[in-house]
Amino acid sequence: MDAIRRALLPTEEAQALFELTEELGREELAPRAAAAEAAAEFPRDVFRLIGRSGLLGLPYDEEYGGGSQPYAVYLQVVEELARHWLAVGLGVSVHTLSCHALAEYGTDKQRKYWLPDMIGGEQLGAYCLSEPEHGSDAANLTTRAAADGDEYVIDGTKAWITHGGQADFYTVLARTGEPGARGISAFLVDSAAAGLSAAEPEHKMGMRSSTTSQMVFEGVRVPAERQIGELGQGFEIAMRALDCGRLGIAACAVGVAQAALDTATAYAKQREQFGKPIIRHEAVGFLLADMAARTEVGRAAYLAAARLRDLGLPFARQAAIAKLHCTDAAMQTTIDAVQVLGGAGYTTDFPVERYLREAKVLQIVEGTNQIQRRVIAKALERG
Amino acid sequence: MKIVVLVKQVPDTAADKRLDPDTLAVDRGAVDGLINEMDEFAVEEALQLVEKHGGEVTVVSMGPDDATDAYKKALQMGADKAVFLSDPALAGSDALATSEALAKVLGTLEYDLVILGSEASDARTSLVPALLAERLGLPQLTFASKVEVDGSAIRVNRLTDYGHDVVEAALPAVVSVVEKINEPRYPSFKGIMAAKKKPVEALDLAGLGLDAGSVGWAGSRSKVLDATVAPPRAKGTIVTDEGNGGSELVGFLASKKFV
Repeated sequence: MDAIRRALLPTEEAQALFELTEELGREELAPRAAAAEAAAEFPRDVFRLIGRSGLLGLPYDEEYGGGSQPYAVYLQVVEELARHWLAVGLGVSVHTLSCHALAEYGTDKQRKYWLPDMIGGEQLGAYCLSEPEHGSDAANLTTRAAADGDEYVIDGTKAWITHGGQADFYTVLARTGEPGARGISAFLVDSAAAGLSAAEPEHKMGMRSSTTSQMVFEGVRVPAERQIGELGQGFEIAMRALDCGRLGIAACAVGVAQAALDTATAYAKQREQFGKPIIRHEAVGFLLADMAARTEVGRAAYLAAARLRDLGLPFARQAAIAKLHCTDAAMQTTIDAVQVLGGAGYTTDFPVERYLREAKVLQIVEGTNQIQRRVIAKALERG
Repeated sequence: MKIVVLVKQVPDTAADKRLDPDTLAVDRGAVDGLINEMDEFAVEEALQLVEKHGGEVTVVSMGPDDATDAYKKALQMGADKAVFLSDPALAGSDALATSEALAKVLGTLEYDLVILGSEASDARTSLVPALLAERLGLPQLTFASKVEVDGSAIRVNRLTDYGHDVVEAALPAVVSVVEKINEPRYPSFKGIMAAKKKPVEALDLAGLGLDAGSVGWAGSRSKVLDATVAPPRAKGTIVTDEGNGGSELVGFLASKKFV
């Protein structure tokens, strides 16, 4: 751990946690990432390993088996995982997001009953908001949850579900009432529920080892005690979770950008043209300088938002800014990394072409960057 | 059963190590220290034995004041408590002096079994396990790739060049382990947090009642007289095949007496 990272981690405990993450990343993630990406193999065992190490419940209360870590620490762990293997860093972020509704809006009884298993390390979660026809326009989602005695019956299709078919539980947003944002409620659905199935996984340009699929709900009966928060509060719950999820994606983006920067820097120091290492040619050196500046500013941006959240202050605008900046920065930085490596960068012999493909998805998920700009503009207008 | 595991803090094997020009010992301040890798296998084996048979694991370490990472890692993995022996007069201890100090520490503890790594990655003498067993008057079962405890008896597979020997002894005993024996666990975050509350007993030579003259530079029988930096590796020979590649290769191998 370098001095800068040490300075960004507030406690000895957080530093030890980061060292553990570094070790897991170096020993268990990095050696497997490229092959798993090529083969589109979901690394369930890796999630089990990092779960047992306590990384699947970091921001949640110790009382329920979590790590009671501030977001500023949890996000740096996500960044470090993503630096070695985006699918794992992003998986931790999605899992954390899927626990958010219950942890923040569940009753004590619900939390005591389900949360320890969800964040204890053995289980993996997924978050079902988007639908084939309602992505950014989530307020108009159509998946229905109809009350039937002391159960709800869920029908509909959810789309772009990270861990679809792999997860042990699904946090599902479905319509229980009127059209629009106020008619949506949140449910915690067990993966074993009858009528719940995963469609064939999507074939993606990158992050292929992270399974993404549609989840089909056909008369899935969910006991009413698995409804989280107030009836009709689902959209608020979803948006609040997304604010946190956006920070997770921002951290992932910084991890990918850092990986690209590190690879490009090492290459530029060793590759010689015109009698000197190419990093000493200003055209390349300045490219790397800009990559480093964007990446470090990104880290500062997500940490600024995280500190607001840790203090209990509103952070939605800063989360949107961090998500927007970090993911755009990762896109540009990975493109530049390929450029620094030249022809070699365009081959699969080096990881930078993979980073480039991975960065793209981060500009899309947890709210496209166009939606982030909308969030920021609205916040500016409100003042 | 009560198990004592000995762990050593060593310089990171991946880092560039250098010798202190005055003492000709490894400059431990210049690189990051961490637990000797093979000692992690010793800790893991102790934890597994205690999980199976019950009991507790005490980790013992000796080193400079700031060499605390090794025993902390063992506590994070799950060891119950630690004893840390540190004293400026211990600096320069060779294997013989080290075994004297460690034997003295073990004399203050109750144990059924002592486990340690077969070698440390810094000096790689593999002497301490045997020296320690001799000083304690206990059976030594070294290079263990498998350990079984049955009541008051212990049986290990002792790795040899041709396979393994099965060696048995009565407890208490000293066992040194090799990497083949298990796969050390990662600490969990909870383990890291719990480790900070675990008891650590700090000892110095006075507290231990050990004469400074019998350890450290004064008590060591091996002395480093001189050291030179290894020359950079020479470039290899490249044979370009111009029809005579085969005979060139055979000539090279013959010059090295390989054929």
